Amino acid sequence: MRASWWKILTIGLLLYTLIAGLLLDVPRLPILNETIRALHFHVTMWFGMIIMLVVAVVYSVKYLRTSDIKHDDMAIEFTNAAILFGVLGIVTGMLWAKFTWGDYWSGDPKQNGSAIGLLMYFAYLILRNSLTDVHQRARIGAVYNIFAFAAFIPLIFVLPRLTDSLHPGNGGNPGFNAYDLDSKLRLVFYPAIIGWTLLGAWMANVRVRLRRIERKVEDKLINQVS
Amino acid sequence: MAFSFQAVAQEKIAITEDDYSNSRVEMADVMRSEGKIYVLVGVIVLIFAGITVYVINTDRKVSKLEKLIKEDS
Repeated sequence: MRASWWKILTIGLLLYTLIAGLLLDVPRLPILNETIRALHFHVTMWFGMIIMLVVAVVYSVKYLRTSDIKHDDMAIEFTNAAILFGVLGIVTGMLWAKFTWGDYWSGDPKQNGSAIGLLMYFAYLILRNSLTDVHQRARIGAVYNIFAFAAFIPLIFVLPRLTDSLHPGNGGNPGFNAYDLDSKLRLVFYPAIIGWTLLGAWMANVRVRLRRIERKVEDKLINQVS
Repeated sequence: MAFSFQAVAQEKIAITEDDYSNSRVEMADVMRSEGKIYVLVGVIVLIFAGITVYVINTDRKVSKLEKLIKEDS
């Protein structure tokens, strides 16, 4: 394994998340009961997704400035991992919502916002796949990615706070909610965010390397012919 | 019921020490006292370990490919 210290850290943090997340004391709250532990799994998916999307935007900007296809590899693969986390986040959120809010989908502004956001990122993948030229794909993809991110943040962070939302910390309350701010929950919550995000980065890292290998092999084949 | 959902969602209720000892709220206390929770933790950790080993192997295979390509060119 290349540069393995952070991969070991990933495994360690996730092991800690699984064990401490299930075993440590949590506040006993009505309606939530034991499901409050989903904080370390559901909420962290979204944190991880946002962090990876930021990385993807940074690399999209880098691509636009340098036209180096290596930056595009990073942008697309970090977005791929972020989308996976987003889908897992929305599915786990639906399951959690069924048993706390009473329904899988209650048209909650944050649910709707994140669904629209995910659709925008699906469109990003389709847009990229519809272009055959590598550099054209990378350039249009990068521009779209920057705009998608700029629309995604208000969709999930700003709009739900302007209206009533079932999500804690919304409906006029900015910042973290009371559950996140509890010191015992934070003991697992913060390491969990780092752990899941690093796992996503690891997945992106492996796929970026595969992409570069693939490109080299293709280049070699083309050179043989000519 | 609908109202209580609203109240939980909209107000910032600080978590206090009382919330940790509030025995009126039902939790999986029996499962924990019987120690069965450790079985669950064991199962999840084993599955995580298996997936981790697989991912590490995949990572190594990619590293080998990278080396192979470097030597070739």
